[in-house]
Amino acid sequence: MHDKTLALTARALQAGEISSVELTNRCLERIRRFDESLNAFITVTGDRALEQAAAADRRIAAGDATALTGIPIAHKDIFCTAGIRTSCGSRMLDNFISPYDATVVERLSRAGAVMLGKTNMDEFAMGSSNETSFYGAVHNPWDRDKVPGGSSGGSAAAVAARLVPAATGTDTGGSIRQPAALAGVTGLKPTYGRVSRYGMVAFASSLDQAGTLTQTAEDAALLLEAMAGCDSRDSTSLDEPVPDYSRAIGEPLEGLTIGVPENFFDDGLDAGNAAALTEALGELERLGAKLKSIRLDNVHLSVPAYYVVAPAEASSNLSRFDGVRYGYRSPEAMAGDLNAFYRRNRGEGFGAEVKRRILIGAWVLSTGYYDAYYLQAQKVRQLISGDFARAFEDVDIVAGPTTPTPAFGIGQKTGDPVQMYLNDIYTIGANLAGLPAMSVPCGFSGALPVGLQLIGPHLSEARLLQTAHHFQRETDWHARVPPGYGENP
Amino acid sequence: MQYEAVIGLEIHAQLATESKIFSGAATRYGAPPNTQACLVDLGYPGVLPVLNREAVRMAVRFGLATHCRIAERSIFARKNYFYPDLPKGYQISQYELPIVHGGYIDVICADRVKRIGITRAHLEEDAGKSLHEDFQGMSGIDLNRAGTPLLEIVSEPDMRSAAEAGAYMRTIHTLVRYLGISDGNMQEGSYRCDANVSIRPRGATELGTRTELKNLNSFRFVEKAIEIEIERQIDIVESGGTVVQETRLFDAERGETRAMRGKEEAEDYRYFPDPDLLPVSIDSALVDELRAGLPELPVEKRERFMAQYDLSAYDADILTASRPLADYYEDCVRHSRARPKLAANWVIGDLAAALNRADLEIGESRVGAAELGALLDRIESGTISGKIAKEVFEAVWNGEGGVDEIIERRGLRQISDSASIEALVDEVVAANPAQVQQYRDGRTQVLGFFVGQVMKASKGRANPRQVNEILRAKLG
Repeated sequence: MHDKTLALTARALQAGEISSVELTNRCLERIRRFDESLNAFITVTGDRALEQAAAADRRIAAGDATALTGIPIAHKDIFCTAGIRTSCGSRMLDNFISPYDATVVERLSRAGAVMLGKTNMDEFAMGSSNETSFYGAVHNPWDRDKVPGGSSGGSAAAVAARLVPAATGTDTGGSIRQPAALAGVTGLKPTYGRVSRYGMVAFASSLDQAGTLTQTAEDAALLLEAMAGCDSRDSTSLDEPVPDYSRAIGEPLEGLTIGVPENFFDDGLDAGNAAALTEALGELERLGAKLKSIRLDNVHLSVPAYYVVAPAEASSNLSRFDGVRYGYRSPEAMAGDLNAFYRRNRGEGFGAEVKRRILIGAWVLSTGYYDAYYLQAQKVRQLISGDFARAFEDVDIVAGPTTPTPAFGIGQKTGDPVQMYLNDIYTIGANLAGLPAMSVPCGFSGALPVGLQLIGPHLSEARLLQTAHHFQRETDWHARVPPGYGENP
Repeated sequence: MQYEAVIGLEIHAQLATESKIFSGAATRYGAPPNTQACLVDLGYPGVLPVLNREAVRMAVRFGLATHCRIAERSIFARKNYFYPDLPKGYQISQYELPIVHGGYIDVICADRVKRIGITRAHLEEDAGKSLHEDFQGMSGIDLNRAGTPLLEIVSEPDMRSAAEAGAYMRTIHTLVRYLGISDGNMQEGSYRCDANVSIRPRGATELGTRTELKNLNSFRFVEKAIEIEIERQIDIVESGGTVVQETRLFDAERGETRAMRGKEEAEDYRYFPDPDLLPVSIDSALVDELRAGLPELPVEKRERFMAQYDLSAYDADILTASRPLADYYEDCVRHSRARPKLAANWVIGDLAAALNRADLEIGESRVGAAELGALLDRIESGTISGKIAKEVFEAVWNGEGGVDEIIERRGLRQISDSASIEALVDEVVAANPAQVQQYRDGRTQVLGFFVGQVMKASKGRANPRQVNEILRAKLG
């Protein structure tokens, strides 16, 4: 049962083949057994989960259930959860108990989902390996010496190891898709504004978007239906109806034209990844899609532009963490003047990567540098959006690699931030342009999973999910379980 | 050398919205500390600002009343700095694209009309308050005010004297209250101002180095601080020095301005567009709707009062200083057949004095406009004298009844029949032979003594004009 998809589990719950309490207990048991070596969870909320599961069982018995009622899920520890620590992977918020639920948490909870706990992540979502977490690195279930990707590394590892059927994540430059690819699960980053950001600790507000890490596209559709929709508490959330994604994915893949950016397949792409991707594109062709070679000429500018815009916004977003009202306060905080108070709280509360980005961000917004960096980066953003807009005049979706390489070793890139940043070269474009994108398991490079990225025009989630669903009906990459995680405890 | 001052003002007017500019928390003044601050105001992780549309409407109304251009698209920006009463570490304000810009207002100063340019007015949120007393070496933070909507109104450097600056500040104050967009309460900090002041040789076109004066929370302080600062700058230049660009605090008790400490380098606020808020779009339909809803503005009302009620500029100025006062006056005139000038005298004189003594606003007057109108009618018809009217007014004010009721109950009706007055005159003349002799010897000023005596004998009720006439006849 633990390795069943969310959709199948939901059917079993509805049919009374298993109760939510049983299911929740099994997941908790797997977390106890495996998470010591994976470190995917920061907080496990067992008692509360069992209470929610019991309530879900009553709801199912009363015939008042949604597709998600009784389904155990985990939330990335960036989503505020009332009464439960929301650390954002940082010492700064290690003691922070949120007084309220994020909209995503509230909506999933209202649908009856059971929260098992909060997953590990790079500190304030800044990282591509989950190594910047105050709570330590997460290990990739496919090879525990390797990273699971980041920043939603805990969510990806937990779903890959089948500790939980599905988890939420957030994606600012690839933080759902990159770990999904590296851990061999399905990751969906919706259109910017499709899911409310209210209650998500902000990293880069113009890029952040909540999404899902699941085994399948079908599962992602079920979750997105519950999460998406306009929220009056988030001015940037889109006032657009939420389609019936679960129904849309089953419709035939007719007349689909897929753009393949030829400049994504260059020397920077690992040979094993390239081979798996070529095979996957062939499969899509067999499914009836027409492949068309395209160019996204400004993609090489996406990493530099991103590392101006995202730190700029982050430097301001993270200013509220000052130790005045909540969060970390240094034992020495009161020893000096106000500046010393801030220096100690922030100096000790934030890790190195967060400080690096705050410094970069403050720098690019400074008088004399604003035009050269921040404004220039915004222009690049327009160019990249323009590239995609032109591409979508000819093709329905764009397909290519999610990452240049499979999972790399823990500690391998921590000494070289730029090498680390380049990991997101294929994913950042969709964030800069606000487009929906997915990563779908499509094979292996050696023993490590490879992800196929699908990017669509604004609000084309249904089309992306449908494409991924058809692909997953013909392949079993998404169903592969990392060795050692298959059996029941 | 003759110098002229160049002055520009930045006025912060708190907008009279029910809730804050980016959250649903109330804006009511004076609540216990930190009881009117929600998670958004407190800058909790994950919360987001949502713009209060009413604040936008108020800003547009101000722009329309000051001939500003209304931006079809304006944006909010973050002004980044650290301070404990600034919960997010940035203030949401407007920087490059303010909501309204490029207008003016006409100000009357020393009987001349002066046009003052309005560079821009933009929306922003207020910070909380830091309380440095009562906490024994620590500071208290009250975030009730955090997120309160402000309209920052920036003038062109068009003022040339402290008096002009004071007149401008008063004119804007009157205007925002007319528009109903701010209560203008200066004690509560709802209306405050910073002044940029520089001097230059009269006739020069280049601007001198300016200083910024802070903490100007009354009209009197603005004028006083600017006067002192102009003198200080002239003294510096006269003695061969140069004015340093700096921020100075006005100390009302010592009557001086002082440089603020610790500002070695200019602060860099790292402004950038706030990604949490969409650009503010204002279409022509909204502008038209708001324009149609504008009330009669102070300048228009003043001119109408002068024309319609035949009032002096002075009277019209005072009566139109606030909308409730002007409304009271017009209400009174409507309820009375008396001359509007008489009504103006009473509203500006006795009524204003009574309100002042009782520390009441016009809306709280214990003599209603209709009642005052009735009183004026009795004066105009000769039923009571002006002097008796004051007594009646006092009685109405003290809640003793209506005008006619009090006149009748106290027997205050004026004595106008000649026979009664003649009888009183005869008594007084008979009782004061010495003064009669003086009068007849040519010292006619003793007539006043006789008038006084007769009035006293009539308990003030005799018609003074008739008393005069009859006395002259009898003494002559």
